[in-house]
Amino acid sequence: MGLRSVTEGLGIERAAQDGRSEGLARVLGWFSLGLGITTLAATPRVSRLCGVDDSRTAQIVLRAAGIRELGHAAALLVPRHAGPAAWTRVAGDVMDLAAAGRAMRNRRDVRRRRLTYTVAALAGITAIDLYASLRATRGRRMTGANRAYGSITVNRRPEEAYQFWHDFENLPRFMYHLQAVRVTGDRRSVWTAKAPAGRSVQWEAEIVEDRPNQLISWRSVDGAKVPNCGRVRFMPAPANQGTEIRVELEYSVPGRILGNAVARAFGENPQQQICDDLRRFKQVIETGEITRSDGTPEGTSVHAQTHQRPARPLATTRTA
Amino acid sequence: MKANCWVAPNKLAVEDVPDPQILNPRDAVVRVTSSAICGSDLHLLDGFIPAMKRGDILGHEFMGEIVELGQGARDGLRVGDRVVVGFPIACGDCFSCQRGLYSACENSNPNAAIAEVAMGHSPGGIFGYSHLLGGYAGGQAEYVRVPYVDVGAVKIEDDLPDEKVLFLGDVLPTGYMAAELCEIKPGDVVAIWGAGPVGQFAAVSAYLLGAGQVIVIDRYPYRLRMARDKVGAETINYEESDVLDTLREMTAGRGPDACIDAVGMEGHHASAALQAYDRAKQAMKAESDRPHALREAILSCRNGGTISAVGSYGGFIDKFPMGSLMNRSLTMRSGQAHVQRFMRPLLERIRKGEIDPSFIITHTMGIDDAPLGYDIFKNKQDECMKVVLKA
Repeated sequence: MGLRSVTEGLGIERAAQDGRSEGLARVLGWFSLGLGITTLAATPRVSRLCGVDDSRTAQIVLRAAGIRELGHAAALLVPRHAGPAAWTRVAGDVMDLAAAGRAMRNRRDVRRRRLTYTVAALAGITAIDLYASLRATRGRRMTGANRAYGSITVNRRPEEAYQFWHDFENLPRFMYHLQAVRVTGDRRSVWTAKAPAGRSVQWEAEIVEDRPNQLISWRSVDGAKVPNCGRVRFMPAPANQGTEIRVELEYSVPGRILGNAVARAFGENPQQQICDDLRRFKQVIETGEITRSDGTPEGTSVHAQTHQRPARPLATTRTA
Repeated sequence: MKANCWVAPNKLAVEDVPDPQILNPRDAVVRVTSSAICGSDLHLLDGFIPAMKRGDILGHEFMGEIVELGQGARDGLRVGDRVVVGFPIACGDCFSCQRGLYSACENSNPNAAIAEVAMGHSPGGIFGYSHLLGGYAGGQAEYVRVPYVDVGAVKIEDDLPDEKVLFLGDVLPTGYMAAELCEIKPGDVVAIWGAGPVGQFAAVSAYLLGAGQVIVIDRYPYRLRMARDKVGAETINYEESDVLDTLREMTAGRGPDACIDAVGMEGHHASAALQAYDRAKQAMKAESDRPHALREAILSCRNGGTISAVGSYGGFIDKFPMGSLMNRSLTMRSGQAHVQRFMRPLLERIRKGEIDPSFIITHTMGIDDAPLGYDIFKNKQDECMKVVLKA
């Protein structure tokens, strides 16, 4: 059973690829390839069609544009996720429009008419490129930054894992981005997360669904600065050898600047963070403590693993 | 405190470092009375284990006295207890630990994500054995922090001297597990590659578990002599005779029932050309480990026999005789020793006088001389078998 079927079985929407924007990027890539080859192979005819067959400089500019088109084609056709590369085409379009506008100023009659058609065509292409670029970029941000999924098996019964998690005040023990969670009512709690520059972000959350020993889902109540929701599932591992835990978190990105701050509040990489959180959850629920070594005194995290201290005691006191 | 630190490949230094402290409820701080240099420490010295950092304290075979104990230690340990500590750090609570696979503890490596990149899943943490295996300070020091002390330490209540119980922390259980993995039946022939401490203890254990004949293979005459004189094994010097032919002859063509690789990643080959081939590949990072002993063990073993690999390997090997393993129905078993499983029963055997592990000690020196001890041990000077460091 692959990850996909597992997550679909749980009703977890996979970080969906925006298939249409990817497809559009590919079409634009083939278009660039065709345009580039045509321009380079038949520069005189293309220059006549555009109304600039009277200038040596224009021929050079046209050839340069042809070579550039091949660059766009490579950027759009080679990578697996080519969508954002459509922005290179938008930049090229701006250059072409500027060049054509300049060429129009000192031409008349047939050539001027042909240049007008060229500018109109360029404007149309620019609109398509802009649409493709925006869509690809927005699509990526939607799918990548604000959804995280992780899973782990713990050597505890589902009831124990559920109960530990259900007391939200336990969460900051293993979710390092949380400073505190305070339970304020039957279904309500107030969450405080670390934010950049020593500040913090606070929001109120409510339990949406609570199936004992199986599932807890929660979401921030209306008006939260950081609208977010999460869901954790507990399932007996095969042959009842422990419990499989699957967590998904989602939060919306209200604006670019605030969005970045929020993303950082949730960790540089929410996907990585949820994996670290789950490892620490396993340590706490199985052994009663966070695993610490001299190289990683603050406990498991990808950051600690890439910034190891030497394996020798620290000079300063740290308490458990 | 003083501690033996890794500086760079082939460079160690005894440095003054801060004293360890309790970081977690189930920790203890142990004042080290004796520690030992292990053959696997030489892989660190030689630079074959990745993820070492300048200043890392080495040492995973040590014992001493508990001088500080966390609030959460479960096992009735007290400050002042004399303990031997097993080299794998194990929580005792996870799926692996509860099945006795302590060295594969799922919780004790805080750097599991690094190990997963190299190994798929992570093994447990080990004292003083790289950041890949946790980044824990080791025991070649005056003091050491012991996480999960209630699982990792065994209390020594008799007045047995350090020399008799120190090796419960690593080489004795490793040798014992090597033999146990062979599932020896009475009268079996067991061949062991490597006559270092683990090989010697594997031979002792093979006899204890019922082997009829034990054959030890090495190239150092003094090590082979020890295997003959102290353990009663037969020996083959692979620089003097062809191992496959000799084993075939000794078993009248059938081959040993079980073969133990107690050599690991820095094996030597009698043929200079073949040795140079693997050494060159290792230098070019085209393979990380030199598996001469393992290859030979597989080819030597009788049809349907068992290979027990306990010598340390770090990464990838080359020219693995899979065809021989598969077509001849061999079983291959392996693992870092699950020391916590063997410490108490082996302590019992030491107490009863069935094993006296102290026969391997050839050198005893102060912690200040640790780098010299490594040098003597690595270069097999002065018939060195095992160096014990006294704090």
